[in-house]
Amino acid sequence: SFSGSGAGAGQDVGRSCILVSIAGKNVMLDCGMHMGYNDDRRFPDFSYITQNGRLTDFLDCVIISHFHLDHCGALPYFSEMVGYDGPIYMTHPTKAICPILLEDYRKITVDKKGEINFFTSQMIKDCMKKVVAVHLHQTVQVDEELEIKAYYAGHVLGAAMFQIKVGCESVVYTGDYNMTPDRHLGAAWIDKCRPDLLISESTYATTIRDSKRCRERDFLKKVHETVERGGKVLIPVFALGRAQELCILLETFWERMNLKAPIYFSTGLTEKANHYYKLFITWTNQKIRKTFVQRNMFEFKHIKAFDRAFADNPGPMVVFATPGMLHAGQSLQIFKKWAGNEKNMVIMPGYCVQGTVGHKILSGQRKLEMEGRQILEVKMQVEYMSFSAHADAKGIMQLIRQAEPRNVLLVHGEAKKMEFLKQKIEQEFHVNCYMPANGETTTIFTNPSIPVDISLGLLKRETAIGLLPDVKKPQLMHGTLIMKDNSFRLVSPEQALKELGLAEHQLRFTCRVHIQDPRKEHETVLRVYNHLKGVLKDYSVQHLPDGSITVESILIQATAHSEDQGTKVLLVSWTYQDEELGSYLTSLLKKGLPPSTS
Amino acid sequence: MAAHLKKRVYEEFTKVVQQQHEDLSTKKLRLTKPSKSAALHVDLCKATSPADALQYLLQFARKPVEVESVEGVVRILLEHYYKENDASVRLKIASLLGLLSKTAGFSPDCIMDDAINTLQNEKSHQVLAQLLDTLLVIGTKLTENSSVRMRLVEVACKHLTDSSHGVRNKCLQLIGCLGPVEKGVAKEVESQAAKDVQKIIGDHFNDQDPRVRTAAIKAMLQLHERGLKLQQAIYSQACKLLADDYEQVRSAAVQLIWVLSQLYPESIVPIPSSNEEIRLVDDAFGKICHMVSDGSWVVRVQAAKLLGSMQQVSSHFLEQTLDKKLMSDLRRKRTAHERAKELYSSGEFSSGRKWGDDAPKEEIDTGAVNLIESGACGAFVHGLEDEMYEVRIAAVEALCMLAQSSPSFAEKCLDFLVDMFNDEIEEVRLQSIHTMRKISNNITLREDQLDTVLAVLEDSSRDIREALHELLCCTNVSTKEGIHLALVELLKNLTKYPTDRESIWKCLKFLGSRHPTLVLPLVPELLSTHPFFDTPEPDMDDPAYIAVLVLIFNAAKSCPTMPALFSDHTFRHYAYLRDSLSHLVPPLRLPGRKLVSSPVSPSIMPHEDASQQFLHQSLERVYNLQHLDPQGVQELLEFTIRDLQRLGELQSELAGMADFTATYLQCQLLLIKALQEKLWNVAAPLYLKQNALASAAAKQILEETYKMEFMYSGVESRQVVIIHHMRLQAKALQLIVTARTTRGVEPLFGMCEKFLQEVDSFQRCFISELPHMQGSFVDKLLDLMPRLVTSKPSEVVKILQTTLRQSTFLHLPLPEELHKATANIIEPTGESDNPLRFTSGLVVALDVDATLEHVQDPQGTVKVQVLYPDGQAQIIHPKAADFRNPGPGRHRLITQVYLSHTAWTEPCQIEVRLLLAYNSNRSKASAKIPKSTWSESLEALPQSENGIEGTIPFSKPVKVYIMPKPARR
Repeated sequence: SFSGSGAGAGQDVGRSCILVSIAGKNVMLDCGMHMGYNDDRRFPDFSYITQNGRLTDFLDCVIISHFHLDHCGALPYFSEMVGYDGPIYMTHPTKAICPILLEDYRKITVDKKGEINFFTSQMIKDCMKKVVAVHLHQTVQVDEELEIKAYYAGHVLGAAMFQIKVGCESVVYTGDYNMTPDRHLGAAWIDKCRPDLLISESTYATTIRDSKRCRERDFLKKVHETVERGGKVLIPVFALGRAQELCILLETFWERMNLKAPIYFSTGLTEKANHYYKLFITWTNQKIRKTFVQRNMFEFKHIKAFDRAFADNPGPMVVFATPGMLHAGQSLQIFKKWAGNEKNMVIMPGYCVQGTVGHKILSGQRKLEMEGRQILEVKMQVEYMSFSAHADAKGIMQLIRQAEPRNVLLVHGEAKKMEFLKQKIEQEFHVNCYMPANGETTTIFTNPSIPVDISLGLLKRETAIGLLPDVKKPQLMHGTLIMKDNSFRLVSPEQALKELGLAEHQLRFTCRVHIQDPRKEHETVLRVYNHLKGVLKDYSVQHLPDGSITVESILIQATAHSEDQGTKVLLVSWTYQDEELGSYLTSLLKKGLPPSTS
Repeated sequence: MAAHLKKRVYEEFTKVVQQQHEDLSTKKLRLTKPSKSAALHVDLCKATSPADALQYLLQFARKPVEVESVEGVVRILLEHYYKENDASVRLKIASLLGLLSKTAGFSPDCIMDDAINTLQNEKSHQVLAQLLDTLLVIGTKLTENSSVRMRLVEVACKHLTDSSHGVRNKCLQLIGCLGPVEKGVAKEVESQAAKDVQKIIGDHFNDQDPRVRTAAIKAMLQLHERGLKLQQAIYSQACKLLADDYEQVRSAAVQLIWVLSQLYPESIVPIPSSNEEIRLVDDAFGKICHMVSDGSWVVRVQAAKLLGSMQQVSSHFLEQTLDKKLMSDLRRKRTAHERAKELYSSGEFSSGRKWGDDAPKEEIDTGAVNLIESGACGAFVHGLEDEMYEVRIAAVEALCMLAQSSPSFAEKCLDFLVDMFNDEIEEVRLQSIHTMRKISNNITLREDQLDTVLAVLEDSSRDIREALHELLCCTNVSTKEGIHLALVELLKNLTKYPTDRESIWKCLKFLGSRHPTLVLPLVPELLSTHPFFDTPEPDMDDPAYIAVLVLIFNAAKSCPTMPALFSDHTFRHYAYLRDSLSHLVPPLRLPGRKLVSSPVSPSIMPHEDASQQFLHQSLERVYNLQHLDPQGVQELLEFTIRDLQRLGELQSELAGMADFTATYLQCQLLLIKALQEKLWNVAAPLYLKQNALASAAAKQILEETYKMEFMYSGVESRQVVIIHHMRLQAKALQLIVTARTTRGVEPLFGMCEKFLQEVDSFQRCFISELPHMQGSFVDKLLDLMPRLVTSKPSEVVKILQTTLRQSTFLHLPLPEELHKATANIIEPTGESDNPLRFTSGLVVALDVDATLEHVQDPQGTVKVQVLYPDGQAQIIHPKAADFRNPGPGRHRLITQVYLSHTAWTEPCQIEVRLLLAYNSNRSKASAKIPKSTWSESLEALPQSENGIEGTIPFSKPVKVYIMPKPARR
């Protein structure tokens, strides 16, 4: 049986941290932090896991699905400060990019906000030393019984779904995934692995999205029009993930349309990350993989590094700037500079949290109050364009159809929405679906199949007797089951005896049949012989010189009844292997002999 | 491939064995024996180890075996087969048997019994599979013999229970290829195989091995291809296979379902878990749609492709494929397409300013939302968004086919096609533009759609832009704003890419003529005329201005009120353009002007008839004079040829026809000139001059006949006969000339024989046409054939000479339509004075852009020739991908030619031209021969006629100035 419990993401978007016990093994899936909190609540409650033992003793491994902080943000805290020395698994790109993001996160919290009791740079490095990188579709043996395997998940570079397998029980954890390809990544894919449990994210449990093309086209059209008018376009983005997609989108569009207006990308973090995007071409989509021989798509021709002096340059330009919600930093500075001109445009490619400038302008506010009682009038155009890389309801269903799990567990979503999806899944796939809350443990009982080794000789012998093996029907087999050292073997009886050093015992059934026959014994025997010979044409019936009859290995002897000479007693004796024939013979003889013809 | 690899493995393997050197030398001695079989026998007997024997067999397999000795070889192989213990050698022998039975002309029925016998005692599964493969080869060679087929099928059925997948695989393949297709035959032959083959194959749909399941489905499809009507009962079985774990099985199952849906479109099938029933084709459509979101892209491509050919599907099912039923937080959401449409109909154009203007509105009933079982729902939406471009292309193609058959669907899929114009892969964009063009009759573009379409005009790829121009040529636009928008975008395109000039003008020509009423209100604005003021006269050489005029003049053709809006200079410009760009500017009836072309425009048809009549009359005249004095004939021919050539220039529709006949008459004229009696009678010393004239004539006739045969599309067999006949005459002339000039009889023997062979093959190829050739050269020749065969060369020559002279002139019937292949090199233009400089020894790439008309199979025949000033010629075969096909009968070659040369002291010109390669093997004559005669006479056919290859230059040469500089040290 399994138990899966959400230490972090139950019915909640944010901290992802799931604990799975499968056939006695404990695996932690993701180790995320919550972006919304700045106190203890931002990290998952690890004391919940062991109560008060050592984590390393309790957990067999930790798996990180991708580099977003809500999936890996608590990792250094968990491994260095709480203390975990076991293996941590993630894909190569995740391993490469994850420390950059962690370091950035640390800088903001410690250096800018001045928090103490937070993990240090060294801790991030130490933590990364414990990471084992895996390839797609590579089966990694964690220990003798536990194995994991990564599948492509789309979402961001290096995002993976993991299959965790112990014996014949298995769990698939999807992490975040995307079933529709985008400009730089492909779609998630899994084979028909039929896991006992599929743990799926459900961010968009109740949404079916429009085709990506319309959004892309609108985006490009808006940018193009503004640039042609001579306006400037500001695109506030978070440094990794969507930013790369939008870059590729604009880069190819510029290339196709032969446009000349400059595109800038605010420097820092992104440059380092872009470097990794260039390296991990195999993780990108078909187009980039196919064309990288001529040109690596991430070696942008039209996109250049941004310098803050460029913001005042005349003429059209497009600038990608961080952060994405216009709440601070470069993007806000540029926004302030450009807001006054109606030729300019700002495009918000994602959701904005309440209270940020981004949220205000999206909700239609035209006059913003800045620090120092300054009023900023927004004349530039404000556009909203959603580019999100999670699977929608249809995508989730599609993944379930591909993997054919026996149970589904939904995490990483809002309870109300998950309820709807749960109902749909149960209705359409007829599988159980669970949606545990934080800290809640779900136990799922499986019906494990137990593999038994069979010796080839026995198998061949047994199949030779019966018909060809048929998938639909179970087949009967005779053999001896030996259970030894946690393994099961089916062998022939002879071999079993030999192995166990036992002598063979014979079991014989004997049966007496009374027949009314006044004749002499040997005549009776002859009559029985003739009768049997007539009925059992396919068997070898023999009359032995000592006055007994054998039918195959069954022995029949006749003696006169001690009291009544007219009654003959037939002694029928057979071994248990011939039970079928023996009992048939007895019933045949019990019916009596046919009237003599002679 | 696998076989090839195996061979490689064996080759390396046997290197060790070859050390026995003496063996090799003795073997060589034996090999000189005429009989191959004997050599093989000895080799095999000598083989000491299996590896040795294998080596001999491999060597043996490399050489072809003559038909006569095949049977002997087979016997020897079989003999060794029985003796051999090693499975790999038996395997090789089995495969050799298959190879040998493929030998042309060998009838394998004599070895069939033996092959079947070998099966009985064979234990190795691999060898069994190979033997069955051999039987399959034998069976396919003897398809007419139904009893053989029955027997083989029976054998296959017996081995179907084998435990190896390979054997079962082959058995199913065999049953699929040879199983009885007609019910009647099956009943006659009383045997196991008389059981329904479909049932036998169907039983293996559930085999435990996926490879066998695939083979079973493939066998079923094979039966279908061979004409057996599959039973409907298979349908439910096939549907189950769609959920198979293996992609090959699913892929094959999709095909099977498609086949069944085409066979029984109207049958009714129940929907599981409900009482409803639907048509089978709809059900199958839904199932295949479902496969468009399969896990394997191979299956997805397969499914998407097949969707296109399911035209009987009901329209509401079809339209579901484009509907994904968007929702957001359980509320129904409209797609961007719907929003665009609504904005358009409400008269307001995309505001898009507000965040959440796509906010969902109505609540949805949670129970009513089907997330996955909805079958066809959104299949194309998924297909068009797929990760693999192969799937997207397949989906676009399918959309195209479905839209062509259903106008309402065409209207609906428009939005999606327009979206595909922005795909990241160029091939997909191009494909969707072509698709749109194909369905353009059924659709009218909305303004917002047109906007998106036009945005692609800025694409940097020339192919995309040209495809888009083609599309615009046949698009219907709904509003005058649309036309204006199109014009503005096209002009923008023109300034950005000036090389697109021709294509844009052409596009505007059609745009104008299709929408005269929409252009009319735009005219004052476009010509910038003003009611009161005179505006400056625009520059006549400005391509943009010409573009506008082309649009307006073409619209004016069917809109008589338009010329009233023109200003004076417009009329002048009209006259100029009508003259300089006559293919773009139509003749107009202009008030108060000299009616430039009024006699032409109203009566195009009768005029055409007149010229056609003229053509026929002049031909008639020529054919009627059979026996004029040679002088008169020559003159008449000369005049007629001149007339015809002029006619071809004047009347482009008849150009092909006129040129064709002119060429023929030219040949005839040459022949007559060469045969003039006077010249042949002069004394020996003067032969030389005569010789030169006649042999030159013969050569030219030969060339012309090849041109006639290969340069014209639409030539029928009737013409081919005449052409070949003319060629035969030319060859006879050649023979006569040679006979006259060479001394000694020796060389003549060979020539005569060759000629007679040609006559023979001519007779064979055109036996059906001979009755039409009364009194011709060949007719007479065939009468004399018995005499010719026996007589001496000198006599043959004499006979030929007289027959040539006496034979009548054959009437050349004209086909319905005849087009001459032409090519025009657009680039390089040959005008540049700046030499192309490059370092000698290195290469320089020269862009060649040419249009080809009426060329069949340009990929195979069109070559580029480069002539260097030193006489060196280079022929380049362009890649197949360099040819584009913008329209029927038209091709475009855009390629790069690599030039290189040693250093020159000063720049010089090279010539670039296009050649049409031909091969008389591919001649239409040989294609004419019915199949049965082919197989009989294939080997016996004399080789002389086969395989004459040559090239015909068919474009004007273009000169390019180049300068290879010496390399700097």
